[in-house]
Amino acid sequence: MADTAITVEGVHKTYGDRTALDGLDLRVARGTVHGVLGPNGAGKTTLVRILATLLRPDAGRIQVAGHDIVTEAQAVRFRIGLLGQHAALDEELGGRQNLEMFGRLYHLGARHARVRAGELLDRFGLGDTGRKPVRAYSGGMRRRLDLAASLITEPEVLFLDEPTTGLDPRGRAEVWSAVRSLVGGGTTVLLTTQYLEEADQLADRISVVDRGRVIADGTADELKADTGGDRIDVVLRHPGQLGAAVALLPVPKEDVSADRDRRLISAPVTDRMAALSGVVRALEEAGIEAEDIALRRPTLDEVFLHLTGRDDRTKEAV
Amino acid sequence: MTTYALTDSWTMTRRELAHWARQPVQVLVALAFPVMLLMMFGYLVGGGRGVHGDYLGYLVPGMLALTMAFGLEGTMLAVTQDLNKGVIDRFRSMPMANGAVLVGRSAADMLQSALGLAVLTGVGYALGWRAHGGPGAFLAAMGLLLLFRFAMLWIGIHLALVAGKPELVQAVQILVWPVGFLSNAFALPESMPGWLGTVVGWNPMSHTATAVRDLLGGPGGEPGHAWAAIAWPLALLAVFFPLAVRRFARLSR
Repeated sequence: MADTAITVEGVHKTYGDRTALDGLDLRVARGTVHGVLGPNGAGKTTLVRILATLLRPDAGRIQVAGHDIVTEAQAVRFRIGLLGQHAALDEELGGRQNLEMFGRLYHLGARHARVRAGELLDRFGLGDTGRKPVRAYSGGMRRRLDLAASLITEPEVLFLDEPTTGLDPRGRAEVWSAVRSLVGGGTTVLLTTQYLEEADQLADRISVVDRGRVIADGTADELKADTGGDRIDVVLRHPGQLGAAVALLPVPKEDVSADRDRRLISAPVTDRMAALSGVVRALEEAGIEAEDIALRRPTLDEVFLHLTGRDDRTKEAV
Repeated sequence: MTTYALTDSWTMTRRELAHWARQPVQVLVALAFPVMLLMMFGYLVGGGRGVHGDYLGYLVPGMLALTMAFGLEGTMLAVTQDLNKGVIDRFRSMPMANGAVLVGRSAADMLQSALGLAVLTGVGYALGWRAHGGPGAFLAAMGLLLLFRFAMLWIGIHLALVAGKPELVQAVQILVWPVGFLSNAFALPESMPGWLGTVVGWNPMSHTATAVRDLLGGPGGEPGHAWAAIAWPLALLAVFFPLAVRRFARLSR
């Protein structure tokens, strides 16, 4: 079991009459990045809060870094770092004050805590923030400081709960590169996300979570192969040509989705470049005008639709 | 873990002190507020009902006790704010001593209250109020006041943990006024309608104020209240301290 950093067996958690986790199982190998992918309300945050000893499970057994999270919570706390959805920082204090305080609470000793704070500030490009209070930080700076705080003890296991939600592309890239550099150091990372692309970019393995259970897991490639891989989207100029365009695509008709209002047809593809040039040529020959053609990863909606056979994600993004 | 209980509590206390250093204006306002009340009741509203002679000698101990009682809402507000911030999650996911968050809070609040007593007695002195009875009695009076404050502190922590929402802090901030004024802080219970005087006599704060008046030699002081001024806060602590500690541990439910 020495090569397993996180073991979750049959974990249940309810809040009143709402079931957040419903017999969830998970196993994460040491030194890997594991993505937990799911929509809002799937139980991702509850899972992370339980793993980080903030919540107790109603039933089930969990070991993190070789220790039981209920009976050996303090031992677990020495070995984990947590980056939650909201910055877990003292907003009134400066970056250095925050890191020194957390260092002392990890019992590093005053001197070591001070040295460590300086190292982390430099490493995350926050060395020049001085006494500026955290509440005056930008979103990206706050995330970086939050990440620095969760790395004070070089944890064996790091939990990242939707680490890039609400960040601009630059902040997102910063967090991604920080996570990648950590993995090089042997840390095990469990990362929750709503974005398939993020899991794809960062995770060695992905568990898809829905309604408090794992409904699929595997590598990103395995999952995408399961869901039909990449997709091609074509936006037509004339909605009347939608039917003709669907017939031209090199896939069975029932795999193509068509949206008349947006004049959009979408189909799974296996060979990206061949599909793109093939579709462009076929449309041209048929005299169908396209406004836009794009290749893209399947969205979480599509993965979900495929895995669950239902499409119950609220269309809030539209 | 117990070896770290003290250092962790001290770290958390230092955190509060660092907040003071960041927001000196807030600290000054908190210290000035009871001074303002003292001035208002001493000079604007004037002359407590039923008090003969040295009203300042009656009012200052009453204000000291009222300031301790009002500390409840300050504690509740601070704990509520902390609980609604992400930083509490980091504290709770770290291997720090259990309860250091609460101990740090109470140490800082007690420190601020001691400072508040110093400011208020200082202003009282400047206005002509004098404590009679010697330094021993003075320190005993301050001890009773801080004991009362300590009980209010843990009630405040418990209420914050039970309520958990800033909206409910507002309700308590309003309710603390009638409860604080339903005491003998400003007027003698004998001057009130019978039933009201009885209620006021029961208010733990009244016992503290009476005992302090006795120790500081002001009008309205009666011997024999010191025991009640010790017993009431201890009884409240016996109830609310374990409740609050248990509530805090149950944040993980």
